[in-house]
This record gives sequence, C-alpha cells and structure tokens, in this order.
Amino acid sequence: MTAATTQRAGPSGFRISKRVLPYVLSLPALLVCIGILIPFLTSVVYSFQRYRLSQPWARQFNWGDNYISFFTDPKFWNTLKVSLLYAGTTVVLELLLGLAIAMLLQKRSTLNNFISIMLLMPLMTAPALAALMWKLMTNPGFGVLSYLASLIGLQDFRWASSPSTALFTVVLVDIWVYTPFIMILLLAGLRSLPTQPFEAAALDGVPRSFVFFRITLPMLTPYILTATLFRLLDSIQQFDIIYAMTQGGPGDTLTVFQVEAYLNFFQSTNVGRSAALMIILWAITYFLSNIFIKNWLRLRERARGQA
Amino acid sequence: MEHTSLLERILRGVALTLVVVFFMFPIAWIFMMSFQTNETILRIPPQLIFEPTLANYTALITGKLVTAAGTLDIAFMRNLWNSVFLSVTSVAVSLLLGVPAAYAFARHKFRGSEDIAFTLLSFKFAPALLVLLPLTLYFQKLGLANTYIGLIWVYQLICLPLILWIVRGYFEDIPADIEYAYRIGGHSWFATFRKIALPLAGPGIAAAGLLAFIFAWNNFVFALVLASADKQPVTVGALAFITSSGIQYGQISAAIVLSITPTLALALYAQRYLVEGLSLGAVKG
Repeated sequence: MTAATTQRAGPSGFRISKRVLPYVLSLPALLVCIGILIPFLTSVVYSFQRYRLSQPWARQFNWGDNYISFFTDPKFWNTLKVSLLYAGTTVVLELLLGLAIAMLLQKRSTLNNFISIMLLMPLMTAPALAALMWKLMTNPGFGVLSYLASLIGLQDFRWASSPSTALFTVVLVDIWVYTPFIMILLLAGLRSLPTQPFEAAALDGVPRSFVFFRITLPMLTPYILTATLFRLLDSIQQFDIIYAMTQGGPGDTLTVFQVEAYLNFFQSTNVGRSAALMIILWAITYFLSNIFIKNWLRLRERARGQA
Repeated sequence: MEHTSLLERILRGVALTLVVVFFMFPIAWIFMMSFQTNETILRIPPQLIFEPTLANYTALITGKLVTAAGTLDIAFMRNLWNSVFLSVTSVAVSLLLGVPAAYAFARHKFRGSEDIAFTLLSFKFAPALLVLLPLTLYFQKLGLANTYIGLIWVYQLICLPLILWIVRGYFEDIPADIEYAYRIGGHSWFATFRKIALPLAGPGIAAAGLLAFIFAWNNFVFALVLASADKQPVTVGALAFITSSGIQYGQISAAIVLSITPTLALALYAQRYLVEGLSLGAVKG
C-alpha cells in the first residue's frame, strides 16, 4: 500500500507518500496546538488547587473549592457584572454606531471611500496605546477633553479616575477603537447586497423605513451576526484598554475577568483563584465561539462561492 | 437614494463630519502634542496655535531627557527596536510554518485536518491569560522567561491562526485543475507548490503577513506578562514610560506617535485586504 502511494508521488522531486504529506506540512501547526493545549490543561489543574505563589508549600488539591467560593464571593459577582456590562454596552453601541456609519458611507464615492479608509486608523492603533492617548486627553490638569467638559458645565468631570464615570470612559475608548471594525464589515456587507430588491422597492414607492427593516436588515443579518459575535468574544475578554487606563480601578470598579485574573496572579499571587476565573471566562467564550464559528463558516462559504 | 432632499443632505453632511471629528481628533491631538513643549501643553485653555518643536523627538531618539531636575535616561528606542524585531521575526516564523499548513488544509482533506484548524481558531478566541499565566511558570523553569525566543514562540498564538485561515482561503480560491495540469506535466508536488500555488496566492500571503504584523505589533498582554523592561515592545514600554517619566507629556505623545505610525502606515497601504483579513476571510472587501 505504502509502496503504491509512493510510486504515485511522481517521477521527480521528493518521494513523500501522498498520505503522509499533509501531516508533514501541518505538523508545525499541530505542534503549536499542543503547545497551547499544555498550558491550557495546566490552568485546569491549577484551578482545582489551593495554590499561592507566596505559599508554595501549602499547594494541594482542593477540588472545587475555588469555584464553590465564587458563589459567596462579592468580588466574583462584581467581576461577572462588570464584564457583562462592559461587553454588552460596547457591543450594542458599536453595532448601532457602526451600522449608522456604514449606511452613511454606503454609496461608492471618492469622499466616502476616503473617509472609510481614514476610519481604519483607530482600529489599527494598539488598544493599549489608544487608552494612553485618551488618558492624556482626559488628564484633569491639561487634558483637552477635561477642558471641553468644563466648557459645557461639567467642572469636575473625573473621567476614568472616578468610580461613577470610569466605565463610561473605558467604554468610550473601546467604541473609538472598535466601531470601525463593525463599520468596515457591515460596509462590505452592504455593498455586496444585490441591488434588485432595492430598485423594486424604489419603483413601488415603498417607505424607506420599510426598506430598512424588511429588506436591508434581514439581508445584512449574517454580517451583523458575525461582526457582533466577533466583537462580543473580544470585548468580554477586554484587558488592554482597561489595564492601560485604570488597572482595574478605581477600587474594583473595572475588574473584568482578565484584569481580575491578572491582579490575582501577580498581586495576590493566588494562582488557583486566577486559574478558576480564566476557566469560567473560557467556558463563556467557548460557548460563544461555537455559535460564532458556525455562523462565520456559513458566511465564509458564501464569500468563497462569490469569489 | 435618488430623491434626497436638501435637508437630508445637510444632515448627512453634519453626521459624517461628527464621525470624522470623533475618530480623527485623538490622533490629531496627540500628534500636535508631540510637537509641543510641556509648557504649552499645560497651558489652559489648550492651544491650537503654537511654535512646533522637535525637542520631544530628539529626546527620545538620543535617549537623553534633560529636565530641570537633571538628565534622565529613556530607553524608548530600545522598545521600538523590540517591537520591530519581535513582530518581524514572529510573522516570518508564522509564514514559514503556516503557509505550508494552510496549503495542506486547503488541498487535502485528511483525518484531523479540520480538528487542528479549528483548535487553532478556537484558541484565537480563548482568553490570552488562560494560556499565559501557566506559561510564565513554565518559562521560568525552561529558562525562556524574558527571552526573544520565548516571546516569538508565544506570538505564534497571534500570528499563526490568522495566517493559516486567511491563506487557506486564498489557496482554496485557486482552481485545483491548474495544479493537476502542472503535475501531469511531470512536476513534483513541491515544484507545483512553489511555481503555481505560491505565486497565485501571493497577494493573500502578503496581506495575511501584514495583518499578522499589525496584530503582533499591537499586542500588549503577552509582553506585559512575559517580558521585562529590556525586551518589552512599545505597547508595554509606553505604559511604563508614562509612569517613570511622570509629567513629560510632550515626550509621551511623541513616543505614542512613533509607536502607532508603523501600523497606521501599513494599514493604509494594505487597506484593500483588511476587510477580508479582519473577518478571517468571511467577508470579501
């Protein structure tokens, strides 16, 4: 069998069996997979242990204790609440804003194309650096946004340093960075829609709200779903913007999952709790990514079909 | 679209202006700050007209910051070099590993192929710290902590899935018949890959490489967890800089400008491919 396949491999070049070849080619990718799976499994093990870096001698399995303690831990509920609030607010606002901008730019014109390219710039800015930029602009001493806020009567608007406005500020930065992502995906979607239904609707004099809700939105749904899930997966794991802006503060206002896990690991050196937090976040993202990948594959098939 | 009233056109114009101002203002403002001295930055109300100075950039490039309290060493150029080195090497390694694998996934449906591809994809969406935190402990044992090799290895988590999925799509777009025809002409598998598949997928590979570079450059958490000061890229370095230099806002702005310019320039250059890349091939731009 092997001899036969080797012969078929051709008269010249490498004599690698046709069966083995794809495995040889994908071996490095496979190795990376294993390289990811090992630390992942280690995290699972840690999450079932009492493990503090400061007390390595006391390390032992406590099985579900890390997880069970979450139920009565107000800090955990705060983490869950802030993470969901952050992800929900950013995704909904970015979706609405991104859709609106995409529709403004739908018509192909030099100006519209230029603007849509310009809008890529926030998206290509490193989120951590974007947070720094906004930090400079919201500095209470000289920040231009603090000055503008004072002009409209918000004399002592503290942006990220006040617990009441910290979430608003990081959500604003997230919107600045990621709205263009949704915008360009939906813009590509809008521009790929067939024109006939719209022409027919225009001929019949159908009201534009009807066209939007009954034609545009339904046809755009796969794009909206892909963009939304993409962002949701990213947003619930947000770390860069929040950490660079406030390091989870003030207090524990913004201790979303990854920030809380980071602080648990490096500040309180509680590896067990940190790992358990990450496993819970992973479970959430795994659930979301399964829905996402199905939808994404369908859209991908369609895009390939059109190519 | 045909019957747009004047009022509607005005409203659209106003809306678009607001959008452009909101998304462009921060970049423009930081750019302006980077040409100002601390004195003009701290002036209230903020100035739109000022005498531009290159002092912030010279301070960063020479690595010497002269303040009233004395001279301060800044290692920002080191961060910039780290960013360049880490991103370029990681993408090169990723292309070397990822392009043949993408070809295998596109051309051969073999056992486990989809599993490997999907494992890689699903970990692209998994929380980074889930993998990173145990890795810090492993890296300390393996002697990989704070080494370029360790960082480049971890950066594969960013670059490899991206390259694999984007390039795979481009290979799938090439009709297999072209390759069969070449094979029948007596050419080996490798010759076919090199002479036919690679050139045809060339633009896609370049686009995937550029996008992977941008993502590697913009990454923050990997280096924050795994690198110390001398190996940190700009994203982490700028954050450290803001705390260490205290009130040198002009230099911080200049550092931010230098840090975001490469990715912005690349993005503008490759914008044609961005839509397809960012959606991992699900949406054609």
